[in-house]
Amino acid sequence: MLTIRDLKVSVEGNQILKGVNLEIKAGEVHAIMGPNGSGKSTLANALAGREDYQVDSGEVLYRGKNLLEMSPEDRAREGVFLAFQYPVEIPGVSNANFLKTALNEIREYRGLEKLDAMEFLTLVKERMQLVEMDPKLLNRSVNEGFSGGEKKRNEIFQLAVLEPALAIMDETDSGLDIDALKIVANGVNKLRSKDRSFLVITHYQRLLNYIVPDVVHVLVNGRIVESGGKDLALHLEEHGYDWIKNEREAPVTM
Amino acid sequence: MNKDQQSNDQQIIESRIKSEYKWGFTTDIETETVPSGLNEDIIRMISAKKNEPEWMLEWRLKAYRHWLKMAEPHWPNVHYDAIDYQDAYYYAAPKQEKRPESLDEVDPKLIETFNKLGISLEEQKLLAGVAVDAVMDSVSVATTFKDELRKLGIIFCSFSEAIREHPELVKKYIGFVVPPNDNFFAALNAAVFTDGSFCYIPKGVRCPMELSTYFRINAAKTGQFERTLIVAEEGAYVSYLEGCTAPMRDENQLHAAVVELVAHKNAQIKYSTVQNWYPGDEQGKGGIYNFVTKRGVCLEENSKISWTQVETGSAITWKYPSVILQGDNSIGEFYSVALTNNLQQADTGTKMIHVGKNTRSTIVSKGISAGRSNNSYRGLVKVHKGALNARNFSQCDSLLIGDKCGAHTFPYLEIQEKSAKVEHEATTSKIGEDQIFYCNQRGISTEDAIGLVVNGYCKEVFKELPMEFAVEAQKLLAISLEGSVG
Ligand SMILES: Nc1ncnc2c1ncn2[C@@H]1O[C@H](COP(=O)(O)OP(=O)(O)OP(=O)(O)O)[C@@H](O)[C@H]1O
Ligand SMILES: [Mg+2]
Repeated sequence: MLTIRDLKVSVEGNQILKGVNLEIKAGEVHAIMGPNGSGKSTLANALAGREDYQVDSGEVLYRGKNLLEMSPEDRAREGVFLAFQYPVEIPGVSNANFLKTALNEIREYRGLEKLDAMEFLTLVKERMQLVEMDPKLLNRSVNEGFSGGEKKRNEIFQLAVLEPALAIMDETDSGLDIDALKIVANGVNKLRSKDRSFLVITHYQRLLNYIVPDVVHVLVNGRIVESGGKDLALHLEEHGYDWIKNEREAPVTM
Repeated sequence: MNKDQQSNDQQIIESRIKSEYKWGFTTDIETETVPSGLNEDIIRMISAKKNEPEWMLEWRLKAYRHWLKMAEPHWPNVHYDAIDYQDAYYYAAPKQEKRPESLDEVDPKLIETFNKLGISLEEQKLLAGVAVDAVMDSVSVATTFKDELRKLGIIFCSFSEAIREHPELVKKYIGFVVPPNDNFFAALNAAVFTDGSFCYIPKGVRCPMELSTYFRINAAKTGQFERTLIVAEEGAYVSYLEGCTAPMRDENQLHAAVVELVAHKNAQIKYSTVQNWYPGDEQGKGGIYNFVTKRGVCLEENSKISWTQVETGSAITWKYPSVILQGDNSIGEFYSVALTNNLQQADTGTKMIHVGKNTRSTIVSKGISAGRSNNSYRGLVKVHKGALNARNFSQCDSLLIGDKCGAHTFPYLEIQEKSAKVEHEATTSKIGEDQIFYCNQRGISTEDAIGLVVNGYCKEVFKELPMEFAVEAQKLLAISLEGSVG
């Protein structure tokens, strides 16, 4: 699904990612943990194609295609979805209208018929249940005045409607209360399939109790310094990151 | 995103900015003009061509003599080379033997022109919903639905016809709200106005359809000076739409219109404009100078006047649709979207003059500047002494697209009444790269993302427009803006 080789990315002249290697197979869930400022969101943004995230070197293959050559919208249309750490507000644009525009542009790209209002509504109602989202949020402006938790839930709701092949979730758990966390994780689990992969960025092992990852990576100072099974997350929860930082003086490649 | 990708985006954006004005064709039709230049003889000639009564000519000449003593205003925040008033034509009319009695008598070329503009006069005959008065250059070429409206006592006709058929009404109301000596351009209009629309809704009648005038400048070097007068008698209601386009020409053309609205007791007038005069090219060559005086008076209690405008055209726009709130409990509203791109300049806003008790006004202004354009909001809220409990709420937002454009806000407050409450809110924002990226990440192209964000920003104004017009306005905005994020 996704192969990242020696990816180096700079933001405003500072190199943040200093050679990231990662391989995600179809159907797998990978978690990325790591201290604040280590470059987790930078990786997510670079994969999504955000301007300002300058790729210095390295390559990213997504389903056999060179991801870095594609425009952000084409990446999305090819099935890359980013659930934002800080979802953006768009005043005056209803959530429904936004999502319908998105879905239909993606469908058009894939040579599918656009959905009409009725078909769209049917789909949306069904997906809304998946994350138990308040239907009222559908007619409100995109993320405007949403609570922190509502914003995060809205991201996963969009994920459920757009059905990406690769879903990157940047700290979706932060801002969600315990019940909401369970609901959203449950929704994500229902979306897991052999054709869909997840890259889950989180600080908390708790999320990984619900969304059980196949692989856990630790990103420190722009490099993946440790990878392991789900137990690695437990270990981190207990011991923090210092032991890795101390243990790994030299850069590590996988 | 890599460097190639960025420059590619930049290119898309640049090319989208350069989208062309789609209404820029000219109609090859014989035109009758009076000689260029302006003097009393020209005015006499115009008046004679229109078979006007003596009182009308006298009114014009009086206005002209005022105008001679006035100076062109230079306080707006716009810049242009001096206008040579002697080098323009003040009357141009598509040549027709006589005023057509029905659409069948209208020159097919004219019909075709309006068809091209999406104003099918033929269809208007069949489709109920909107009655149209089509004005090309100086004269009204066709008014649809007249007979149906007539049955309800509604008069909707060209201004020339109103002077002939309803002189008592015209005499009573012309210059009632915008006196001929009101300002330089209003005086010029009063001297040389050639046509326009007249609309009268009798007592207790709710006009069952949207009334609409479509203005088209076709002839070269010709100024367009039309007047619109709408009178709503006690308890009457009317929703009126105005649209306009012009061919692409290298020289600037002057459009100096006057619109007067009079609302009597419990009457309501809703006036909507989608202004799309030719804005000039990317280098700022050509385009219409849109210097317009629009004013309404809520003459008696519980009357209401709403101005809604979507301004995307013209090289320079200078207009302040205003409401004089004379009657107690009367309401004035101004909803505006003004978009400038390339080298366009707009200085627009409103005046709300509170005279009566418990009068209320609302101002919602949404400025959008792109390219190297300049967009100013200028608004006056005046509360006279004795206008007890007057209320005003103003919200003036500016949206900047790119970093070469300008947005300015000039709110003026003159409050002479202690019980008045006036609130003003203003914001300036840049179209957010994070908003665009968020849309992109969901598969939405940059162009569509801008459309979404801008339409969202203008929503409060669009919702005031009649349905078909709102859709039109959204499309127009998208076209005018094509790809201006940088
Ligand atoms: N637009 C930017 N301008 C300047 N510096 C930036 C920008 N974006 C990120 N950085 C810097 O890059 C580094 C990595 O940031 P990033 O957001 O990727 O960290 P993170 O691992 O996601 O952290 P957190 O756990 O706090 O979300 C930080 O030092 C941050 O300040
Ligand atoms: Mg982060």
